[in-house]
Amino acid sequence: MGEFLEFQGVSKRFGPVKAVNNVSFSVKRGEFFSLLGPSGCGKTTLLRLIAGFEQPDSGRILLDGQDITQLPPNHRNVNTVFQNYALFPHMTVFENIAFGLRVARRPKDEIEHEVMSMLKLVQMEDKAWHLPSQISGGQKQRVAIARALVNKPSVLLLDEPLAALDLKLRQRMLLELDLIHDQVGITFLYVTHDQGEAMSLSDRIAVMHSGVTEQIATPAEVYEAPKTSFVASFIGDTNFFDGIVSSVPDDDYCLVDIPDFADIEGFNGVLCYNDKKKAVGGRVNLSVRPEKFGISIDPPRRQFAHMNVLRAKVEDIIYTGNHTNYWVSVGSRRIAVYQQHAGYLLDEKPIRWGDDVWLYWNADNGYMLDDEAAPDPGLGDNVKGV
Amino acid sequence: MSTRKLREICATAPSLVWLTAFLLVPTLMVLTFAFKKADPMGGIGTEWTFATLRSLANPSYPAIIWRTIWQSLATTAICVAVSIPMAYYMARTGERTRRFLMVLTILPFWTCFILRVFAWMSLLHPHGIVKNILVALGMADPSSQLLYTSGAVLLVMVYNHLPFAILPIYASAEKFDYQLLEAAADLGATRATAVMRVFIPGIKAGIFAAILMVLIPALGEYVIPDMVGGPASEMIGNKIAQRVQNDRNLPHACALSAALMLFVMGPMVAYLFARRKGGKEGGRFSI
Ligand SMILES: Nc1ncnc2c1ncn2[C@@H]1O[C@H](COP(=O)(O)OP(=O)(O)OP(=O)(O)O)[C@@H](O)[C@H]1O
Ligand SMILES: [Mg+2]
Repeated sequence: MGEFLEFQGVSKRFGPVKAVNNVSFSVKRGEFFSLLGPSGCGKTTLLRLIAGFEQPDSGRILLDGQDITQLPPNHRNVNTVFQNYALFPHMTVFENIAFGLRVARRPKDEIEHEVMSMLKLVQMEDKAWHLPSQISGGQKQRVAIARALVNKPSVLLLDEPLAALDLKLRQRMLLELDLIHDQVGITFLYVTHDQGEAMSLSDRIAVMHSGVTEQIATPAEVYEAPKTSFVASFIGDTNFFDGIVSSVPDDDYCLVDIPDFADIEGFNGVLCYNDKKKAVGGRVNLSVRPEKFGISIDPPRRQFAHMNVLRAKVEDIIYTGNHTNYWVSVGSRRIAVYQQHAGYLLDEKPIRWGDDVWLYWNADNGYMLDDEAAPDPGLGDNVKGV
Repeated sequence: MSTRKLREICATAPSLVWLTAFLLVPTLMVLTFAFKKADPMGGIGTEWTFATLRSLANPSYPAIIWRTIWQSLATTAICVAVSIPMAYYMARTGERTRRFLMVLTILPFWTCFILRVFAWMSLLHPHGIVKNILVALGMADPSSQLLYTSGAVLLVMVYNHLPFAILPIYASAEKFDYQLLEAAADLGATRATAVMRVFIPGIKAGIFAAILMVLIPALGEYVIPDMVGGPASEMIGNKIAQRVQNDRNLPHACALSAALMLFVMGPMVAYLFARRKGGKEGGRFSI
């Protein structure tokens, strides 16, 4: 299976703004591929470049081996589901879906048949003769998807299609989108700023930041092995630790001296999986997800081969039902710790505000990032989101 | 009667009174006077008669009414056809250009209408600039006539009514969601198809308003044919003006007005009636 949709060094600027900056990646045939990033990072611009509404300043876009960079939108075999749906207000649901086929001058009975089967796919048969103004947001969204899919595009582009829907409807449409993708087998390129949507739907995700793709990987990889501090903080919450390698006891692990922990009695460094092969004196930016920590009143029994154990003081506790979030202070740092409730453990001593606790984590769960400095020094506790 | 209904009546009453006083009553007066005898002093006599109406059978009238209608329709068609691309451009261009074009559109209103027609007369004059340029370019015969032709009437009427078409169409075009054109292109439509099937239906309220704003005054036009037209480009408005000002025969003028009104209103009422009946896509509100 080769590369189906390919970006080769694509750049696009609007005046001084580099909306898309030398982006290269490729999408496989039939893949559900997401572009994930904060507002203004260039996701829509990238989508518009594929659809043909914008021309790149440099670089090429290939679709199925063919250079489509110069093709006008109506000659590209891609269709878009717009962020605000962009349904034609003067046409019925049926006519909206039929538009692409009518423009292509397909025979009448064929149009009827194709539109009807699309209406069935998105479960809108009973609304065929309604105008867009007479149907709900979720229904409009399904019509927009049907209108695009009926043309059997090589790639379906979706620009935050669920953004305008409420939470419950969004969750239902998420399942439906997944189902539709399985049924039609078309390549989906999905734009969103919602990590939950991207994680649950995608085969692969490209995380974008200021016009650059920071990491392209499967949802699990992006979460468990973020490449940069931006990825680590944008997807999920994390704790960043800045430090310097103090010793390299073996090939796989190193000991990192963390200045924030300097005044802890007996602290001699955090054990860290050394996949970047850092030498003594190398700078390390470590990310440890809040749920990777263990926390207990009693000293932990040794559970892992490479375990870090620290003393901490509980500063804040938020109980959310299925898990509890703790904020503990270690040295001059605040660390976020999330604990899942596997069972209501009566034999474990409950943790209260102000308690002195043990904090421990597996060295394999700390992740060295590519960039050496933690982002957002403004966030005192270096924890993004709550 | 519910308070809601009462409130509705209170809200519509002023416009209803206005329309009755200044539209319905004068219209009925015009229709009634057509059946009155002329007073030798130029007023309305007391006796009733069909003689005035019968005099409309004069074979010169149908030809004039016919010319009036096609001249007005042609003016309307040209104005709308020019205004659509103009409005599209104004709606999509930058703020500075938009404001400049808007000023250009409205600027003529700051000059007296008669003066503007005089300006055209001097432009189209046998020794005027337009004629000289055309002759120099070899596009016109030196002996040909520009002024005092039906073509001149049409040109000046289009010139004069164009702002009334641009403004309502621009108002619609400004509100149009231009992403719909991208959606159409995305679905494979060429630019022309997108304009015909998405843009024009999208601004149809503005186009309809423009048609009314141009067609109705154009039908009653008499100054322009009088000043730049020849004897073969007289419109019904000229005849009505002659009856009022030269002949002092108000009933005759009223009869002509009534005939014109029936010619225009007849097809329009029939069209609206047909739409109302044929409007099968339920619940849609449109003019
Ligand atoms: N037509 C344009 N003219 C000028 N600047 C633009 C234009 N379109 C986008 N930009 C700029 O390019 C950058 C990227 O915009 P883009 O719309 O691609 O962001 P996005 O990732 O889709 O954001 P959002 O999630 O808010 O939709 C922004 O800084 C934006 O201001
Ligand atoms: Mg966007």
